[in-house]
Amino acid sequence: MPDTGAEARAKLVRRVILDTSIAAVVVIGMGVARGVYSNELMLFNFVMFLALAQGLNIIYGFTGYLPFGYVGFYGAGAYGFSLVVMHLHASALVGMAAAAVAALVLAVILLPLLRLSGAYFAIASMAAAQAVYEVVANPDLENITKGPYGVSLSDVFAPAFSYYIALAILAFTLLLVVWLRNSRFGMSLQAIRDDSVSAAMAGVSVVRGRTIAWLLSALVAGLVGGVFAWHISVFYPDTAFDLNISIFATVFLLFGGATTLCGPLLGVFILYGIYNVIGIAVPQYFEFTYGALIVLLVLFLPNGLVSLLTNRGIRVP
Amino acid sequence: MSPEPLLNVEGLVKRFGGFRALDGVSFHLNPGEVLGLVGPNGSGKTTCINVICGLYAADGGSVTYNGRSIVGEKSHRLVKSGINRTFQSPRPFLSLTVRENVEVAAHYGDPKPGFDIDALLALLELDSYAQRPAAELNSAQQKTLDLARAMATEPRLLLVDELAAGLNPAELSRMADRLRALADGGMALLVVEHLMGFIDKVTDRVVVMAAGKEFFGGTLADATRDPEVIRVFLGGGHHG
Repeated sequence: MPDTGAEARAKLVRRVILDTSIAAVVVIGMGVARGVYSNELMLFNFVMFLALAQGLNIIYGFTGYLPFGYVGFYGAGAYGFSLVVMHLHASALVGMAAAAVAALVLAVILLPLLRLSGAYFAIASMAAAQAVYEVVANPDLENITKGPYGVSLSDVFAPAFSYYIALAILAFTLLLVVWLRNSRFGMSLQAIRDDSVSAAMAGVSVVRGRTIAWLLSALVAGLVGGVFAWHISVFYPDTAFDLNISIFATVFLLFGGATTLCGPLLGVFILYGIYNVIGIAVPQYFEFTYGALIVLLVLFLPNGLVSLLTNRGIRVP
Repeated sequence: MSPEPLLNVEGLVKRFGGFRALDGVSFHLNPGEVLGLVGPNGSGKTTCINVICGLYAADGGSVTYNGRSIVGEKSHRLVKSGINRTFQSPRPFLSLTVRENVEVAAHYGDPKPGFDIDALLALLELDSYAQRPAAELNSAQQKTLDLARAMATEPRLLLVDELAAGLNPAELSRMADRLRALADGGMALLVVEHLMGFIDKVTDRVVVMAAGKEFFGGTLADATRDPEVIRVFLGGGHHG
């Protein structure tokens, strides 16, 4: 029997409850972990990458745009936070607002990149992130950005508070993805990703949809960058604009499976877990193991781990 | 005095570099009327649809819909004002279910409140596939889904681009009946098609195009007796 509208709505409610529950378990679990595991920096990095992989999921999973320069928003957020705290002696929470604004402003400036697609878009976004890095790291701007000499924010250093703010950002990001997966707006983004011409003929404003997804994705990275600056307190521009951050977030997302809630979570927990275990215990094997995993993934599971289930018709949250 | 046409195309020009795909095409379409747009491959039929629905910008001429110029208007806005289309090669949202394909259009295409997606799916015999991904449908079903998605926006003008190609005789007959029923309900249809039997069953009159120009307007029966139409379709020199 086909589903009627009422049955479809009941299914949707069940899906939202399941997705939200998964998000809650992850956030609460990472909160509890801080009380039982002493390596807070590692936990913070997990939270950071969980949020970044989901932030990237918003733009790549739902619209098909893969920004290699995603770290640009993260760096903009880190420096948005730092500049307000350093020069205006603002509180850390005001700094977080500045981080969000900085990432959004950069996203608006880079909106024309959405006219590109595929590899051209990926490379252009990377070049844009590099350009922002060059500006920030310019020694002539030392009075403003501290140039290449790094930022110190010891006045606002509060590792516990900033950890919980990072958790709040993760919760916000996961709920964004839950909303996109279960809302008509998210459905319209997937329609745009599948076929932008057909989407327009379904009445969807393609430009508006892509713009909103781009801004939301940038906002997440900016907030994560801001809380990174707050939590770490001392950092350099090449840390905040490290291309490895983009690469890690991308690999985690693709490894788990884009457009899902669980895929990026699995990607971070498994790959970043391996990164920490192998990288610390036997670092000489780390790159080999990591590289082999990625090659195997590309060859056998190009749509990520979740495709083991989705290929069998099983819906993965 | 005849009523004002729903769609009026006057001297429409579309160039791709130095090639004039449309070279001054003119025709009109009334509410409830089915106009066939026929002609050899490359005569500009699909380009004409692409310009009317806002995918291509016109380089000259005018397109008036419901008394106002729609040249340069975005596709999604035209959809909301009552224009929609199907595609020569079906273009469903492959990762969405059949029902979700229609749901997107029913939400963003501004149909009347209370629009019944399930009734539409049942009408087009897609209800048993409602929860299946569109990627699992065969080509004929995907074409029907294209039609369902367009109908979910409740268009007043539907541009139908080779919907019949690839359908078997039974599917052809059902599709023709569906299009006629839409016209009987007041919808205007512009049908691009190569299958003359289908055109004969569905259309009220035809416009014959060649090399980006229309050169015949009238009934299909008259068109098949017109020496110029025969020459263009069967060879013996290029029109124009």
